Amino acid sequence: MAIKKTTKSNLITIAILIIIYIVCQILIATGSMSNLMKGLLVPLCYYSIMAVSLNLTVGILGELSLGHAGFMCIGAFASSFFSKTMVDVIGNTFIRFTLAIIIGALSAALFGMIIGVAVLRLRGDYLAIVTLAFGEIIKNVINVLYIGIDRNGLHFSMQDSMSLNLLEDGEAILNGPRGITGTPKNATFTIAIILLILTYVIITNLVNSRSGRAIMAIRDNRIAAETMGIPITRFKILAFSISAGLAGVAGVLYSHNISTLTATPKNFGYNMSIMILVFVVLGGIGNLRGSIIAAVILTLLPEYLRFMQDYRMLIYAVVLIALMIFNWNPTCIQWRENHSLKNYLPMFFKKEKEGL
Amino acid sequence: MSFLSYLIRGISLGSVYSIIALGYTMVYGIAKMLNFAHGDIIMIGGYVIFTIMSTIGLPPFVAVLVGIVLCTLLGVTIERIAYKPLRSASSLAVLITAIGVSYFLQNFALLIFGADAKSFTSVIKLSPLELAGGKLTISGETLVTIPLCIIIMVFLSVFVKKTKVGRGMIAVSENKEAAILMGVNVNRTIAITFAIGSALAAVASALMFSAYPALSTTSGAMPGIKAFVAAVFGGIGSIPGAMIGGILLGIIEILSRAYISSQLADAIVFLVLILVLLVKPTGILGKKIQEKV
Amino acid sequence: MKMKRMFGLLLVLSLVVASFAACGTKEGGSGGNDKFYIGGMGPLTGDAASYGLHVKWSAEIAVEEINAAGGINGKQIEFRFEDDEHDPEKAVNAYNNLKDWGLQVVMGAVTSGPSVAVAEETKNDNMFMITPSGSAPAVVKYDNAFQVCFSDPNQGSASAKYISDKGLATKVAVIYDSSEVYSSGIYEKFASEAKNSNFEIVAAEAFTADSKSDFAVQLQKAKDSGAELVFLPIYYQQAVLILTQANDMGYKPIFFGCDGLDGILGVENFDTALAEDVMLLTPFAADAQDEKTQNFVAKFKEAHNEVPNQFGADAYDAIYILKEALEAGNVTPDMSTSDITEALKKEITQLNFDGLTGAGMTWKATGEVNKEPKAVIIKDGAYTLFD
Repeated sequence: MAIKKTTKSNLITIAILIIIYIVCQILIATGSMSNLMKGLLVPLCYYSIMAVSLNLTVGILGELSLGHAGFMCIGAFASSFFSKTMVDVIGNTFIRFTLAIIIGALSAALFGMIIGVAVLRLRGDYLAIVTLAFGEIIKNVINVLYIGIDRNGLHFSMQDSMSLNLLEDGEAILNGPRGITGTPKNATFTIAIILLILTYVIITNLVNSRSGRAIMAIRDNRIAAETMGIPITRFKILAFSISAGLAGVAGVLYSHNISTLTATPKNFGYNMSIMILVFVVLGGIGNLRGSIIAAVILTLLPEYLRFMQDYRMLIYAVVLIALMIFNWNPTCIQWRENHSLKNYLPMFFKKEKEGL
Repeated sequence: MSFLSYLIRGISLGSVYSIIALGYTMVYGIAKMLNFAHGDIIMIGGYVIFTIMSTIGLPPFVAVLVGIVLCTLLGVTIERIAYKPLRSASSLAVLITAIGVSYFLQNFALLIFGADAKSFTSVIKLSPLELAGGKLTISGETLVTIPLCIIIMVFLSVFVKKTKVGRGMIAVSENKEAAILMGVNVNRTIAITFAIGSALAAVASALMFSAYPALSTTSGAMPGIKAFVAAVFGGIGSIPGAMIGGILLGIIEILSRAYISSQLADAIVFLVLILVLLVKPTGILGKKIQEKV
Repeated sequence: MKMKRMFGLLLVLSLVVASFAACGTKEGGSGGNDKFYIGGMGPLTGDAASYGLHVKWSAEIAVEEINAAGGINGKQIEFRFEDDEHDPEKAVNAYNNLKDWGLQVVMGAVTSGPSVAVAEETKNDNMFMITPSGSAPAVVKYDNAFQVCFSDPNQGSASAKYISDKGLATKVAVIYDSSEVYSSGIYEKFASEAKNSNFEIVAAEAFTADSKSDFAVQLQKAKDSGAELVFLPIYYQQAVLILTQANDMGYKPIFFGCDGLDGILGVENFDTALAEDVMLLTPFAADAQDEKTQNFVAKFKEAHNEVPNQFGADAYDAIYILKEALEAGNVTPDMSTSDITEALKKEITQLNFDGLTGAGMTWKATGEVNKEPKAVIIKDGAYTLFD
């Protein structure tokens, strides 16, 4: 029995990820991987998860979202709060971290659903600006939220940590702009890569399922899809909340990889949402493998430009613009086709059917 | 009385948003792209005016004029190098390129002008208007910004509706292919749009930094985003909408800070935006999108 | 389809190149060095770039001076400073990159969030860390991290105590940045100390990183509440706007700030008349008359055409503190990182250091510095000591 072409392509991607994982482990074991690269392994995974999950919204569902970092933020804070409070209650790291991942994913998905219900009837750039607005609201609210715990239970405040009125033994867990410090560092490369593969599998399965075809039908022609009896709102919300939930998983990895979690414009603001969108667009809208590759390249790029010193971010911006033009300009596309490796090394490429 | 003074302050903040939003909405309406680099052109304009006025010492009028010319050139150059090659690509690709341009301008300014904040001298030498025996004051900047905003708005509306170039712009924004068939030079029209948008950015930077005189390499970014929100608020692509959206945004921001919570003002502004869009999905003055079956 | 494959191929190729580049770098901290490898990280791009740049430049001046005078225990210093964009995640990347370079001692990070994140990493590697300006208490949670600057709560309580002791005002308003660790940290301690003081906080108004240009509401509320003193635990960039707008409103209370306000007189083209009579508690004043400060400020101005602020002064001190501690412990660069750390941890608590930011600075094992804050008042566009 022949394997379907899409399934084959997906298996290849997963195989590549596993091979990269094994190669990395060998490099670490032999001590030939730099500290910088070792530190970047988990971030590369969560940025890839972010890119792949946003691709579900942008590529598969066909809606522009500029608030994806907001869901990451919710996943990060919810799971970090859980881990911090439960660190003494649940001794087993594996169980605690698994629960944290589930909590992060569910809370982000819940917010995705709420926001989806509210705004998914808007379209195009209007939807984009509303998602941006939600991302900023989430960041702003977390920055004024104070939650503490003592023997009487949880205390909430929107003012400052004094108005929590904690008892002597109490501790402010979420401390406004100071966020949560001291989250246990549970995210390892192994867990991160498993979660990335899981994310990939979830999305490819969704795309190839009945629901996935319905979602893509909505993207391609909403009115036709509606006429066919597809419940548009339900499928849109389904896709949107899955995408949000997976961003929440990335948030869990983020917060359990770094000891201090704060919501700044840098990490959870619209800048980050746009950065993730850059991964998606550069990797190819709807192309999950491309999203991962673009996320990896664009995360590594500024780190490996460090030798440029003061010109680092300037060069980064130039490379970004050049990559976009190289990838999307008709003349460049033509040039690439004329100079494709296929013309020089035809024996390595199978003939593609025309009209793909 | 304090309500009135907050209201006036809101209007003056809003007028700054309006004038930035006018440039945003122009470019969006015609080129159908979110020019995220617009805020950074404003920042560059600020540095140019600052350098000419405070470092070289020429009069404000000359400084603003040079600022307008340089910003226009900058805008057209950016369009030519970064956006034009992607004319036929998806609008998302251009959006990303605009982000790249935004990063570029910020880091370029950092290298040229340094990281330390600079204090901008107001280009407006008008003394504030005092009402009700000095209890209410309207700053000179506001007294200039609001009429100027209205003049620009009227001018742009007339320009777009009455002149040949302007009508070409409408044609390009309605249907690019049809416009080409009708003999409109699309590339030239879009270049002119960017020139106008960037000239407006220079005017906006003169007014904004006069009202809020702290100049740094990132000081264009947030007003840019807020102005974008204002443009959406008023109905993006609509010239009067940008002005109304800007003023309303300023008022909402100041009043929510005054009467609800100074910590949550940002969240409230965005919440109001969402509510407005839920009631009127294309903004206050936005055109209804006709759906083709 | 073709173009995507082609593009993918290109990306994979560059990835391979990147990972090879990764393999080529030197493994750090292995000992056998002939120089001290001191590194730091801070924001060199973005919003907070001016703080990071001042730290970098000042530390470079100190390193140059020390190297010219023969180094530490006869060994030269290699100094390198990396950009962290004021982001904890990037700070950890910068730290790892410095480790590849051979880092032995950390002089960083500049801002609080990144400092906390780096402290967690240095703890795991047992590497000594001295932060010039990461002022949150969480920075010195571990025993290997020390601060040159005052911690945020210390500044808050010192300010409250000073205002109360000197009887500067009975009604006080606070304008602070609720999205900033530094600002809200000082504010909270100030507010809780105020309860035991002879003044009352009549208005506490916040602003955020996303709306920090219009302060009309905050100032109006302070004015309406009848505050005679406005406490500004914020950085000078916003203070410039607050002073300008207060002047436009005709509101003239006493403005009182912390070390974040230092630098206000160096803002290019700022009308210093607006800052007349502003008071601040700061350990450093760029126009102090002592020889050390003048020498430092002159060198800084010559090299960068700007007046250094307290971030720079703290960094300059940090390098000299390291020098004294390394000399006291007879540390040589060929010792292992862990041994250097243990020696420094022991020696720094016995130091009595005279620097730009205070005389007789001492450290407890907790990592917090003990020095006297100076109250200065701005008169005729210059700092004057106030007591």
